Amino acid sequence: MGWNRKILRVDLTKGTCKAEPLNMEWAQEYLGQRGLATKYIVEEVDPKVDPLSPGNKLIMATGPLTGTMASTGGRYSVITKSPLTGAIACSNSGGYFGAEMKFAGWDMIIFEGKSPKPVYLSIENDKAELKDASHLWGKTVWDTEEIIKKSHQDPQTRVSSIGRAGENGVLYACIVNDLHRAAGRSGVGTVMGSKNLKAVAIRGTQGVSGIKDFKGFLAATTAAKKVLADNAVTGQALPTYGTQVLMNVINEIGAMPTRNSRDVQFEGARKISGEAMHEPRASDGKPNLIGNQACFGCTIACGRTSKMDKSHFSVANSPKYWGATGGLEYESAWALGSHNGIDDLEALTFAQIICNEDGMDPISLGSTVSAAMELYETGVLTKEQIGVEAPFGSAEALVELCKMTAEGRGFGKELGLGSRRLCEKYGHPEFSMTVKSQEYPAYDPRGIQGMGLTYATSNRGACHLRSYTVASEVLGIPVKTDPLVTEGKAGLVKAFQDATAAFDSSGTCIFTTFAWSLADLQPQIDTACEGNWTMEKLADLGERVWNMERLFNNAAGFTAKDDDLPARLKTEPAKTGPAKGLVSGIDKMKPEYYQLRGWDQNGVPSKETLDRLGL
Amino acid sequence: MQKSLYIDANKCTDCLQCEMACSYENYGIFNIAKSRIKVFNFEHEGRKVPYTCTQCAEAWCMHACPVDAIRLDAVTGAKVVFEDTCVGCKVCTIACPFGTINYVADSGKVQKCDLCGGDPACATACPTGAITYIDADWTGLDKMRQWAAKTDTTATA
Repeated sequence: MGWNRKILRVDLTKGTCKAEPLNMEWAQEYLGQRGLATKYIVEEVDPKVDPLSPGNKLIMATGPLTGTMASTGGRYSVITKSPLTGAIACSNSGGYFGAEMKFAGWDMIIFEGKSPKPVYLSIENDKAELKDASHLWGKTVWDTEEIIKKSHQDPQTRVSSIGRAGENGVLYACIVNDLHRAAGRSGVGTVMGSKNLKAVAIRGTQGVSGIKDFKGFLAATTAAKKVLADNAVTGQALPTYGTQVLMNVINEIGAMPTRNSRDVQFEGARKISGEAMHEPRASDGKPNLIGNQACFGCTIACGRTSKMDKSHFSVANSPKYWGATGGLEYESAWALGSHNGIDDLEALTFAQIICNEDGMDPISLGSTVSAAMELYETGVLTKEQIGVEAPFGSAEALVELCKMTAEGRGFGKELGLGSRRLCEKYGHPEFSMTVKSQEYPAYDPRGIQGMGLTYATSNRGACHLRSYTVASEVLGIPVKTDPLVTEGKAGLVKAFQDATAAFDSSGTCIFTTFAWSLADLQPQIDTACEGNWTMEKLADLGERVWNMERLFNNAAGFTAKDDDLPARLKTEPAKTGPAKGLVSGIDKMKPEYYQLRGWDQNGVPSKETLDRLGL
Repeated sequence: MQKSLYIDANKCTDCLQCEMACSYENYGIFNIAKSRIKVFNFEHEGRKVPYTCTQCAEAWCMHACPVDAIRLDAVTGAKVVFEDTCVGCKVCTIACPFGTINYVADSGKVQKCDLCGGDPACATACPTGAITYIDADWTGLDKMRQWAAKTDTTATA
């Protein structure tokens, strides 16, 4: 068990909501969330479908541990075909929405077709219906949540919605739940918007009762919580500084992509770090950070709550931003900050607020602004074309460009297409720091070699959350490897990719893996779910999910050629720091990786590999 | 020694492990809708506050109950609802000034915190020490200690 064994199928074209049983055969092979929902997509969606057409489907999926007492057991994922990359998309979010879906009695929701007019899905336990959302269209995420809660007269309703970015076709629009948590990457919110689906509101009061062995489950989850509490990263560093603990660490090892990756170290890193968020501001004597915010069931609590400096130029005339709000995450601080050469902590906090309020991925937005700034500095784009002076380091430009993109105003429309399309349009594709059209995150592959292979082979385009080898290469988890060498990284990346796919299918958060291995997850799954969930079965599951996603992408038209990095990372050596003089050794790692995967030199899984994995 | 729940809201992260533990302890399932302790998130102020019954010495709910379904557990000091006796009249929910006793439509009875018979599951589950179960006469001890440290000037004189 662990599963509710029930899914909701919503046909937006016809306006119908139907319950159907969860395919339990598939659940035994793909567990839940990322794995199981991708299986549904693979079975039901043509890989060549236009992602923004009614033929694409969008699935919101929980895992078997979502809504339980397992630490971090509140995750849900959105799976669809991405309009940004054209590849499979799977974006994972915390907050409370996933658990609420489970408490209402559902494992996942499949959206298909396209509604003729704006609607939102309202779920109260077994009852699901589409409601008119014309009054919500054009509203931000935050206003949408507030209006729905008020009209339902139920503050305990949990809402997931798109902001104006998702309506306006920003190709990296998020689906935001619980105000500040997002299924962030690859434009899952754009797909939602293309279906005229504004929001999903859920109230569930049935709880999760189907645990195979409650006593054993509680023993397993209690032991696993202790492992998190006793670990230096999950027990101390993340609670104290959040993900922003990484800002100074990554900068010091020379892997901080800076000014559109021209540099690998940022002189202003300390000013936008987790440490800086704790320090009293010169202006008002108060720190940016006011506390921690956990997601459902999470005993780590890396989430930040911040209050802006009321006198900062970005909010001085907007009292609505003076209250507590979601604080900076490392990825936002990096993408909006160092990649644009900006060291203004308050401006970055505000830019992230705009991303949350209107549903945009700050990594893709930040890195697209970086590309625009490089186009501006090299004279390709002018102030007249952009609408503002946009040199690297301009906090004013960043804030204005974020707002323009959210609102679909002027040059913001072009920024909304992402850096690959922007740079190609203006004749400089080499300025786009992307893989498979998705902007890469906060680790420069010249300084952390394993991350180059991670980005190049990630099934959803450049991403750190598919194989976070930073854990090994920088933090020494589970064993320390040298970040500057390519030897051994193919095997490391494969191992991380497979284990991560298992975690992403369970309902728990990938951040647990700073402390947990599969051996800590396994007893929690095995006591919750029917079926004999051994280590082998979980490891196989991860590898199966990875190959299934690969097959989808191959069928969509991707080839080995697409498993590559921007030329800058392969030809322009790091200028400073421990990696000085190095470029990414992607070409050395890739053939070995294909071989370890059991793929041919074109990146196609062999028949033996597919047979072994039951694909 | 009599103990009581002590809540330090500054430590709360809104993870809801307390609500899950409460529902499991009392109903054998994970369901925050059935929890007797609730965490309130005042989002615009950035405050998270767990709240539950304080077990009043002269409990309004207990005095208001027309059928004596709410009784004192002499060992823990908890005011406990006896479901066999409760008739679901809800007068206690009107009498309680704090809203911490509530009607449950499924059972037709009321529910409130009973301190789990002296081993409250919420306090055990809380990962940050925001909810503790300590000497009822000295719930202020930690605050006193903090202020004592602040007001002691001799150490640095």
